[in-house]
Amino acid sequence: MASLKRLGFDDSKCNGCGECMTACSLAFFKVDDRTRSAIQVDKTEGGWHINVCDQRCRLCVDECAAKALTMSRLGVVTLDKRLCVGCLACVAVCPINAMRFVPGLLTPFKCNVCGACVKKCPTGAIGIVAEEM
Amino acid sequence: MTSTGPSDKDTLLAGHKQLAEFSYEKRPVIKGYNNRTLYVNVGSCRIVEKPVSEDMKAKFTGGKGFGLKLLWDAVTPQTQWNDPENEINIAMGPICGNTNYPGSGKSLVVSISPMTGIPIDSNVGGYFGPYLKFAGFDAIEVQGKAERDVMVFIDGDKGHVSIFEAPNEEVDSHVLAEQIMDMFARDEKDRKNVCSVTAGKGSEHAYLGCLNFSFYDERRKVARLKQAGRGGLGTILRDKKIKALVVRYSSLNAMSNNPADLATLQEAGLRLHREIITLDDQQCRMREIGTAHLTEIMDQYDLLPTHNFKFGSHPDSAGLNSHAFSAMVTHGLPDGCWYGCTMACAKAADGVELKSGPYKGHKVTIDGPEYETVAGCGSNIGVFNAATVMEINFYCDTYGLDTISFGTLTAFVMECWEKGILNAERTGGLELTWGNETAVLEMLHRIARGEGFGLVAGLGIRRMKKHFAEEFGADPKLLQDIGCECKGLEYSQYVSKESLAQQGGYSMALKGPQHDEAWLIFMDMVNNHIPTFEDKAEALYYFPLFRTWFGLQGLCKLPWNDVEPANNAETDEPAKVPEHVQNYVDIYNAVTGNNIDKAEIIKQSERVYNFQKVFCIRMGKGHRLGDWPPYRMMGPVTVEEYESRAERYDTQLKDLVGFDPTGKGTFEKLQALRVYRENRYDMLLDAVYKRKGWTKEGVPTVETLHGLGIDYPEVLEVVRPLLP
Repeated sequence: MASLKRLGFDDSKCNGCGECMTACSLAFFKVDDRTRSAIQVDKTEGGWHINVCDQRCRLCVDECAAKALTMSRLGVVTLDKRLCVGCLACVAVCPINAMRFVPGLLTPFKCNVCGACVKKCPTGAIGIVAEEM
Repeated sequence: MTSTGPSDKDTLLAGHKQLAEFSYEKRPVIKGYNNRTLYVNVGSCRIVEKPVSEDMKAKFTGGKGFGLKLLWDAVTPQTQWNDPENEINIAMGPICGNTNYPGSGKSLVVSISPMTGIPIDSNVGGYFGPYLKFAGFDAIEVQGKAERDVMVFIDGDKGHVSIFEAPNEEVDSHVLAEQIMDMFARDEKDRKNVCSVTAGKGSEHAYLGCLNFSFYDERRKVARLKQAGRGGLGTILRDKKIKALVVRYSSLNAMSNNPADLATLQEAGLRLHREIITLDDQQCRMREIGTAHLTEIMDQYDLLPTHNFKFGSHPDSAGLNSHAFSAMVTHGLPDGCWYGCTMACAKAADGVELKSGPYKGHKVTIDGPEYETVAGCGSNIGVFNAATVMEINFYCDTYGLDTISFGTLTAFVMECWEKGILNAERTGGLELTWGNETAVLEMLHRIARGEGFGLVAGLGIRRMKKHFAEEFGADPKLLQDIGCECKGLEYSQYVSKESLAQQGGYSMALKGPQHDEAWLIFMDMVNNHIPTFEDKAEALYYFPLFRTWFGLQGLCKLPWNDVEPANNAETDEPAKVPEHVQNYVDIYNAVTGNNIDKAEIIKQSERVYNFQKVFCIRMGKGHRLGDWPPYRMMGPVTVEEYESRAERYDTQLKDLVGFDPTGKGTFEKLQALRVYRENRYDMLLDAVYKRKGWTKEGVPTVETLHGLGIDYPEVLEVVRPLLP
């Protein structure tokens, strides 16, 4: 049975502070720029929604002609930047915009479940979940 | 997979004998251009690089424009297709090779065609073009004739080109493309970095040879093949004794084409990706079954060629509909013929067991079929069995034969059989009746073996007409009426009888009757949007020029209008797909750093289009008579055809011709309709030539050439004697 590792979240606990996005962009890009975060916090009518790859649907893996997107041994959809040709088909096919892209960057990016955001979340709205598929 | 000959990599490599080599400085692409081309002469073994001038870029843009300019400089008015100076030129264009905008991996192949004697151009996918560009060249010119079988290898990683004898490799493409990957890829992961241009055994014996451009399918783990199909390019490759052109490049990324403005390119590409992913399953289903979705639509509108274009539909056509093929191809794979194409129409069936020929019993991956192949090698020859079309498709590809010409010429020989011009004695026992699948496949294998009637069929329709008239006493007028070729090239697969504009679109197409220059049937026949001669002339001015532009840039036509924005119907000119036209303006500017608008797209094309027209005239062709279709493409030739749609034709005679059909015999009615339709076609020629800035004989005027800035002395020298 394959394992899967993903971010779990509880929208009701989210206070919209965005510390997760700062942590993510610092971890990925060494800058505090929330557009460069693989996790996004979106305002909803009643509060906040945490948007991040669920590692399950894998439409991006199927769409990737360069086979740059694969499942890692830990069960995380992982982008190999050395293989990526930057076509952004994965960004287009992602149903929840969790495959992220900033114009001008050569490759897209996504959550690799590193946990940087989990450590910074003040309300415990995010956590790492490991499960069997 | 190899059935004959040595396939062991070491044996193959041991047979190589180097004849020439050339090292060049590796440089990055600058805004879509290398500003140099590669010249390879396989006869004299000369290899050089040539600079691309600013004038060449300004006037010829790239792709087909570059190919034609290089070819013009290489040949004379007397050059025949098999003279050493004829070239195979492969050029890409500035947008080619970007990985963002769907359909950006096309190569344009140009040569003097063995079928037409004028320049042919063919637009083809696969990785060769983009890799050649990133290896350092905007085009390759291949000239000369080798004494023995050779390959040309461009190593874009090392900056090195070589010509070597290659005696032991197979010729058929599905085997050879794999052997090339075996020899030039370091390991499995490296196979995607190696691609080739090859032909096949059929190309050695027939004029309708095609080229196969390979790309490695990492999921299926096979070399896939895309065809530069039209006009006999494979025949020229094998006449030059070239087994393969090979390129390797292993550093592909989003900046390989070095665009001026990556962000804009990415945003345009992403917009179209999303449009395709969201809308395609409600529109053309390209991601599911590619262009083969068209079959039932064409059948429904009486446009699906059946029995040599006699009819436009058939009760058994369901056997060839998109669902029949969809059930055969493997789904869920990213089937683009270049990276970044989410339209993904390059479908393939896997593990198909062949039932005939030298590879009988082999389980193979078959690319396609595309609509043209379904119609040409299916309905047009009375075959309504999807599996048989697949097998014909496979063998045509691996033998290096164009499925469109093969389909149309087979339809012709079948009608010749029906009319008693051919019989078993003349075909060596092949019973070429409609739908005789066994006979068709056997004829195909005989072409590849260069045997018996296969050699006759391989002549193509134009030469067969002469042969049948001279050898068998057939009526030349009848052969002219039913032989569906123009300029020497077989028609592609749409019935154009009820669309005058499409008759012109086909027959005025510079290279011969291929639908990639204009496809106006729905605008004209179905929607009646271009009722007057002026309207039709305007459409036959704009669309051929707009479509020419894809060939200047290294683009595929399909993402232009085989998906449309959701609100396209509400725009001023839905047939042009205005939002996508703007995308092309944006991505061209983003790649090159230039600042053009949509009018300049047409101007870029118009320069090359008129240059190509003058090139045809220079080769002694390109005259008004050459733009006349066979009557089969204009209307019913036979009583059988007329009577099959008698109500339609009777109504037209009454309402349009002013001829009362009541009580008249079919033959008399046929004649009246023919006079009317031929007269209308003549008037169309006048209107279109005028709109294009040509004389009544179809010659571009000095003013036209001057206005386009292509009034070079050698161009004017061609047209001046023909101007009033």
